[in-house]
Amino acid sequence: MAEPLLQLADVHTHIGPYHILHGVDLSVPAGGLTMLLGRNGAGKTTTLRTIMGLWQASSGRIRFDGRDITKAATPDIARSGIAYVPEAMGIFTDLTVRENIVLAARSGPVDRNRLDWILGLFPALKRFWNLPAGNLSGGQKQMLAIARAIAEPRRLLLIDEPTKGLAPVMVRSMIEAFKALKASGETILLVEQNFYAASALGDNVVVMDDGRIVHAGAMSDLVADTVLQQRLLGLSLDAHQ
Amino acid sequence: MSDMTADTAAVELPRARTDWLPLLLVPALGLLALPFVGSPSTWVTLTVAGLAMGMMIFLMASGLTLVFGLMDIINFGHGVFISLGAYATLLVLGPLAGWATADSLGLNLALLLLCILVAMAVTGVVGAVFERVIVRPVYGSHLKQILVTMGGLIVAEQLIHAIWGASPIPIPLPQSLRGAFVVGDIVMERYRVVAVAIGLLVFVGMQLLLNRTRLGLLIRAGVENPEMVEALGYRIRRLFVSVFIAGSALAGLGGVMWAFYRQTLTAGMGMEVMVLVFIVIIIGGLGSVGGCFVGSILVALVANYVGFIEPKLALISNILVMALVLIWRPQGLFPVARR
Repeated sequence: MAEPLLQLADVHTHIGPYHILHGVDLSVPAGGLTMLLGRNGAGKTTTLRTIMGLWQASSGRIRFDGRDITKAATPDIARSGIAYVPEAMGIFTDLTVRENIVLAARSGPVDRNRLDWILGLFPALKRFWNLPAGNLSGGQKQMLAIARAIAEPRRLLLIDEPTKGLAPVMVRSMIEAFKALKASGETILLVEQNFYAASALGDNVVVMDDGRIVHAGAMSDLVADTVLQQRLLGLSLDAHQ
Repeated sequence: MSDMTADTAAVELPRARTDWLPLLLVPALGLLALPFVGSPSTWVTLTVAGLAMGMMIFLMASGLTLVFGLMDIINFGHGVFISLGAYATLLVLGPLAGWATADSLGLNLALLLLCILVAMAVTGVVGAVFERVIVRPVYGSHLKQILVTMGGLIVAEQLIHAIWGASPIPIPLPQSLRGAFVVGDIVMERYRVVAVAIGLLVFVGMQLLLNRTRLGLLIRAGVENPEMVEALGYRIRRLFVSVFIAGSALAGLGGVMWAFYRQTLTAGMGMEVMVLVFIVIIIGGLGSVGGCFVGSILVALVANYVGFIEPKLALISNILVMALVLIWRPQGLFPVARR
């Protein structure tokens, strides 16, 4: 069996005196979309930040593309091919939409065809191209955050709660965009609390609780098993449709 | 392909807004002062002198505002780079003393330029050492930064005493920069006109760097969200060091201009202007070069006008300006967005 693109083995993370991740084991296969679900405070964001090196793992191993990145610095992790969209989006509001994207393309000017593809995914950005990103609405900022993450080809996208706080119409649009990204062959690890969005997108699902992985499997299995949903997430899919 | 226009279909496109109000403060202040000053020629003289003073303050403060904004470092040792830049002029004035007394504008300006280049090189190198030895161990702790950079300042001042002696050292203003242009009743000191020109050049250069280059984009992005800059794959630490070195070199440039203005060198001359430097970067908005520029001019003009109209108030005029600006805009004239 091929080695997963990203693999966390017994990862522990402390933030100050707090022990947040308690031995996380997680595999993200290349291609497709893996959903990371869990209630507030389960450790999802900490997991993504630990992968990015923004918080250092206290112990355990993180391997990406066959290389140990546990102790690597954040810029090196990013350069190895991982793009990160934080929950707060991390948009540079003083920079224009164009400047935000230009900055994300480390190797030089953004490839014209790729830019056309990105603006095809998020046409609204074209209209605000030369305006400060601080002028954008929440949904538009989220589009820009994702557009920035894919400004250059990356091996893995880590995206933290992209639908949080968005209007239902925007959530549906965002789901369509992620479907297009999936279809283009991107590998995505997506943190989500919206089970409707998660079930529409995920190939695989990992559920966290209290800093531990409590379930990992195919999304289709979880969608089909309402008892499992109730046990793991305290919900049923019907209630979220 | 998805269609994500839904969010924008019903709303008008926002326009990029230029914040003109703080920029209008400068001409408004000038016009307000005119009737109180009385004589238009005196007003022009005061205004040109104020602009020159503002440019010198800007040169000394611009590096600190970037260091403050990007690195979140409170560097009370910034003043030593001003002093050191001033003293570095001796490295040029010693061997090229003849250029200062030559009756040639070209040689005089070349001397000034050489002084600036040497001072920027010296303060840049010392800045790199200062960042590595003194600042780097205290990233993230403001209290320690204040204490340790103050300590660094004291040590550096004593080193200046040890190298160049404790007595004030007079330095000559190059021959062609002495005296004044007199137009009617208006008197404009030549050196102040040169200071205005150099200040404007540096400001325009910094604006071009910050707005037209990738490095500038990185600095602006780093001021706002350094963590995200790292997550995009850029080594913010290198950027920090580069900006610190550039900030130190700019202070050195300001030190040269300040030294020729005072025509006397003392080890404490940098520290003496630090209150003014902190006032202008607070007024301008921490991390904002444009804000620092406007703040410097504002503070210098107010000091000149008030010093002429009501000398007793001159001492508190800067604090008063800062208080009024902060009441109006608590984050400064041009607040830089933060995380």
